[in-house]
Amino acid sequence: MSQHFVPLPDLPPPGNSVGPVAWLRSNLFSGWLNTSLTVVAIYILATTLPPLINWLFISADWVGEGKEACDSGGACWVFVANRWDIFIYGFYPKDQTWRVDLIFAALFVLTAPLFFKQLPGKLYLGGFILFIYPLIAFLLMRGGVFGLEPVETAKWGGFTLTLLLAGVGCIAALPLGVLLALGRQATNMPVVKGMCVLFIEFWRGVPLITVLFMSSVMLPLFLPEGVNFDKLLRALIGITLFQSAYMAEVVRGGLQAIPKGQYEAADALGLGYWRKYGLIVLPQALKIVIPGIVNTFIALFKDTTLVIIVGLLELLGMVKASLGDPAWPDVSREGYVFAAFMFWIFCFAMSRYSQWLERKLHTGHKR
Amino acid sequence: MTIKKITVMTATAVAGMMFMGSAQAGATFDAVKKKGFVQCGVTTGLPGFSAPDEKGNWTGIDVDTCRAVAAAMFGDATKVNFKPLNAKERFTALQSGEIDILSRNTTWTYTRDTSLGLNFAGVNYYDGQGFMVSKKLGVKSALELSGAAICIQAGTTTELNLADYFRANKMEYTAITYDTSEETIKGFEAGRCDVLTSDQSQLYGLRTKLPDPASAVVLPEVISKEPLGPVVRQGDDEWFNLVKWSLFAQLNAEELGVTSKNVDQMLKSADPSIKRLVGGEAGFGKFLGLDDKWAYYIVKQVGNYGEMFERNVGQGSPLQISRGLNALWNKGGIQYAPPVR
Repeated sequence: MSQHFVPLPDLPPPGNSVGPVAWLRSNLFSGWLNTSLTVVAIYILATTLPPLINWLFISADWVGEGKEACDSGGACWVFVANRWDIFIYGFYPKDQTWRVDLIFAALFVLTAPLFFKQLPGKLYLGGFILFIYPLIAFLLMRGGVFGLEPVETAKWGGFTLTLLLAGVGCIAALPLGVLLALGRQATNMPVVKGMCVLFIEFWRGVPLITVLFMSSVMLPLFLPEGVNFDKLLRALIGITLFQSAYMAEVVRGGLQAIPKGQYEAADALGLGYWRKYGLIVLPQALKIVIPGIVNTFIALFKDTTLVIIVGLLELLGMVKASLGDPAWPDVSREGYVFAAFMFWIFCFAMSRYSQWLERKLHTGHKR
Repeated sequence: MTIKKITVMTATAVAGMMFMGSAQAGATFDAVKKKGFVQCGVTTGLPGFSAPDEKGNWTGIDVDTCRAVAAAMFGDATKVNFKPLNAKERFTALQSGEIDILSRNTTWTYTRDTSLGLNFAGVNYYDGQGFMVSKKLGVKSALELSGAAICIQAGTTTELNLADYFRANKMEYTAITYDTSEETIKGFEAGRCDVLTSDQSQLYGLRTKLPDPASAVVLPEVISKEPLGPVVRQGDDEWFNLVKWSLFAQLNAEELGVTSKNVDQMLKSADPSIKRLVGGEAGFGKFLGLDDKWAYYIVKQVGNYGEMFERNVGQGSPLQISRGLNALWNKGGIQYAPPVR
């Protein structure tokens, strides 16, 4: 009769190395420095969080009609609710706001399929979104065709304008930036290269605020009286050119990171210039610089607030303008918190999207 | 004054010279008539003068001044488009034809009237620069302010006036400049400065934004003349006349006791001056190229000057500004309009 070796059951790990206590010990109280930092942090949170939460939620006023509804001492969200329409749509006519809704709903419906891996015709859909959709969206916004009531661009505002400026800036700047980056790399075409370098360095050398100011204050003076170039269009062109210069440098960083062997391999295969870049170099280069590209986009998204200096009222401008209403004194905190929250949501979403994209396109190029 | 500001001012002055006389008489008038609405430049949000309400409609005294012009021209005060403008770009917008009237809390000064190719068409609000201090400082007069830190909005005439006043009285001060009036009042509230200086109308408006408006007082001294009014481009006298007389019509209406409520009865009035104003006497509109009832439309739809004032900045508004200088000439103020005759 053979005896099987039966090991004794494992002893449980010591109580101080598992569970929440161990986690606390290793993460928050692992040394005197960390312990004191933790204590200080807890103190700061304990003193600031409760009043903040109280102000933001508990004693805040959510429903009501006018300023009188805000008497509990907390945040007056009634102000934001009251202004919701003009914060989002600006001065866009009330009965026409469905057009804005439709544009964004369509964008959502069109882009959703792109998130699924296997889908035939994805390329065409992407092309449609990049090239045809903006045109349709623009016509729908502006009206004047298909019996739609025309709405001049001066009435566009609020968050719609923020998204429009950022969206156009991103969509137009990326291809332009890629071309500029390629131009700057083209050592065998000195004129093209020189022009690209000049363009990039010029636009990177001036602040966006100057570009906007020039486009709105100086440019009209050079045009004959009565010739009016739409103010929004001027701002959009300024932002796009400015953004494309930054984009070019980001893309150039990616191009330089591609090993020379890849270029040589493409040459050895007999690929021409466009195929070499389109099939071999750019797909790799753009993948590497996704964080940089998204970084630029996020910066642009926040920079759109600068258009207030040319009198275009995007979300923040609209909030600021609304603070001038004498019926609502002392609601600036609520207004700015709301604007900050909206910006944060969108910037955060963009950064999460870029991380997702990086993971999806990951092909072992990371070292 | 920063280099940038000098550049902008020179540029606007040069541009003004370029545009002087370039427009033909009646060009703006005809263009406005043709497009069917008045394009009016306003602030990006100033309590009582121009600010959007919750429906996105602009309200304020500067806004109503433009509405009056639209009412006179089209018989419809809603035929006006508002364009929010920054203080720095306002004159360019007018010079380049982007707007037809600039009604943006703009002070009528010699330089602006003569060197920019623009015309001031009247005064819809007599303002003056004043000081607001915290009550607990116990200051009673602006002459006690030597050494004070003063919050001020950059790029306005107030900066210049402040420097002049303190130099003339041999006092020292530290200027703390902000870009918008909103930031200025926040700076004051946070205690970054002892004094906030701006036009008095703005001081009252900004004071309502303090958590405790009673904690600040506006000092009695007014250190500058700030006549605020609508501005038009030079070169179209018809248009200039229309804007000028739209305002005068409102003042005359108040003087004659014509209000938006009684203007319909006033149509039948026997008083010749009222008859001429509201269009009971035929042939008075054609001098402006308008309907005889042009002033009737203004009073009916926008109100007379007093109504406009009280609704936007006076007792009917949170600002509670008293008429003061803006009372009619026969009521102790200096608002005076030539007669309709």
